[in-house]
Amino acid sequence: MIPAAFEYHRPTDLAAALATLGEFGDEARVVAGGHSLIPMMKLRMAEIGHVVDLQDIADLKGIRIDGTAVWIGAMTTQHELIGHQGLAAAAPILRETALQIADPQVRYVGTIGGNVANGDPGNDMPALMQCLDATFTLAGPNGSREVAARDFYEGAYVTLREDDEILTGIRFEATGGGQAYEKQKRKIGDYATAAAAAILKKDGTSCSAASIAMTNLSDMPVWSKAAGDALVGTACAAADIDAAVAAALGDISPNADNRGPVEFKRHVAGIIIRRAIEQAWARA
Amino acid sequence: MSKMHLKLTVNGEAHELLAEPRELLIHVIRERLNLTGPHIGCETSHCGACTVDMNGRSVKSCTVFAAQANGAEITTIEGIGAPGALHPLQEAFREHHGLQCGFCTPGMITRAYRFLQENPSPSEAEVRMGMAGNLCRCTGYQNIVKAILSAAAEMNTVKEAAE
Ligand SMILES: Cc1cc2nc3c(=O)[nH]c(=O)nc-3n(C[C@H](O)[C@H](O)[C@H](O)COP(=O)(O)OP(=O)(O)OC[C@H]3O[C@@H](n4cnc5c(N)ncnc54)[C@H](O)[C@@H]3O)c2cc1C
Ligand code: FES
Ligand code: FES
Repeated sequence: MIPAAFEYHRPTDLAAALATLGEFGDEARVVAGGHSLIPMMKLRMAEIGHVVDLQDIADLKGIRIDGTAVWIGAMTTQHELIGHQGLAAAAPILRETALQIADPQVRYVGTIGGNVANGDPGNDMPALMQCLDATFTLAGPNGSREVAARDFYEGAYVTLREDDEILTGIRFEATGGGQAYEKQKRKIGDYATAAAAAILKKDGTSCSAASIAMTNLSDMPVWSKAAGDALVGTACAAADIDAAVAAALGDISPNADNRGPVEFKRHVAGIIIRRAIEQAWARA
Repeated sequence: MSKMHLKLTVNGEAHELLAEPRELLIHVIRERLNLTGPHIGCETSHCGACTVDMNGRSVKSCTVFAAQANGAEITTIEGIGAPGALHPLQEAFREHHGLQCGFCTPGMITRAYRFLQENPSPSEAEVRMGMAGNLCRCTGYQNIVKAILSAAAEMNTVKEAAE
C-alpha cells in the first residue's frame, strides 16, 4: 500500500501553486487534507507525478462572516468548521453535516475545499453547498471565476474545475430558516447510504422558501427544485411532505453497490428526505 | 525520484532524515525512528491503530505522506508515558481492562490523550463520539470508555489539587 513515486511541492502562496500546476499540467495534483487523495494513490488508482501541498498557503484558510455573507477558505478543516461559534449561529447545518463526516481523526485534516472539489458522490458537503446555494471561487492562470455549486458537478469525479485551477474558497448567504442534515450510514465513519439537506423558511404558518438536496443518490449531488416547490406555500402537512418526498425521489438515480440494491436505496432515501424536511420544519 | 530532507520533532526530540516524499508517516516512525508503539492495522485509514498526535491533532499516520509532516511536532504513545511512569490513561486502561490483545491500545490512548485535552470532563456519549475513529476487535469498547472516563476524573483531581 505504497503509492507510486512523485515530486513534492509545498508553495507558500497561491501564485506559486498555480505556476506549478501550469508547469506540470495534468501530471500535477493539489493535496489538501489528503484523506480522499492518499487512499486513491495508495491503491494506485491515481498516478500523480507532482503533488502540490496547499497547507502553507495562508490565503486559503479561515472563516469570515460579514452580516449574512459567509466566506470559508478552501483549506478550512471539518474540525475547524465544527468548532466555529459564528458559523454555528449563522448556518448550523454546516456543523451538523460536518459532525456526520467520517471520524475525529479524518475531520482534523479533511478540508471543505477537498470535500467539494473531489467530486465523489459520497462526499457530504457538495449537496449541502447546493442546498445553501453556495458559490465556489476557482483561481486559474487567467485569474478567478465563480461557479455556483448547483452547476459545478457533472458526474462522478467530473466537475467544472479545470486541471490548472485551484478552489480558493466558498461563499454563501446565511439567510436563516430551519435547517437539517440527515444521513443514513452502515456504521459510524461511513459514507452515506442516503443523506439529505433541507432548509425551510416559515412565514406565519406557511412555508415561504424551501431548498432540498441529496448525497450519494446519483453519480453527483442532486438539488431537487421540484421537492422545494412542493413545499412552498403549504403548511408542511403530511400530504405536502409526501408530495415533496415523491418529487425528490423523482430526481435521483441511485446505483446498486455494497450499500445495497437500488430499491433499498430508494426506500432509505424516502425516509431520510422525510426526516430532513420534518426536522427542518420543526426548527423553522 | 529524489529524496527530501525531513525534519521532525518526535516526542520532544529533533530528528533529521532523508526520505522519499511518498513514504508514509507510519513507516517513517516505525521503521526509521524505531518507535513501534503506533501500529499498522488496516492501512486504509479506517482503524486508528496508527494514530499519532501531529501538531496538536490526532491523525492516522498511515494516511499522511512523510513530506506533509515535514516540520511537524509529533507525539507517539512512547512520548505519553513510560514503564514505571505510566500516564493516567495507561493506568486506567490497565485498571479497567480497557485492553485484551492490546493491538489497538497505543492508538486508543494517543487519541484519548488529545480528546481529553479538548474536553477534560466528557460525558459517556462524548467519549464514544470522540473515539469513533479507533476500532477494537476485542473489548467491545465498554471498558475502554470506562477507562477514559476514569482517567479524566483522575486527571481533573490532580489538576485541582495542584491549583
Ligand atoms: C475513513 C474515512 C471516512 C470518510 N467518510 C467520509 C464521509 O462520511 N463523508 C465525506 O464527505 N467524506 C468522507 N471522507 C472523505 C474525507 O472527508 C476527505 O477528507 C475529503 O473528501 C477530502 O478532503 P481532503 O482535504 O482530505 O482532500 P484531498 O484528499 O487532499 O483532495 C481530494 C481531491 O480534491 C482535490 N482538491 C483538494 N483541495 C483542492 C482545492 N483547494 N482546489 C482544487 N482541488 C482540490 C485534490 O486534488 C483531490 O483530487 C472519509 C475519508 C476517510 C479516510
Ligand atoms: S492503520 Fe492507519 S487507520 Fe488503520
Ligand atoms: S484490545 Fe485487541 S483490538 Fe483492542
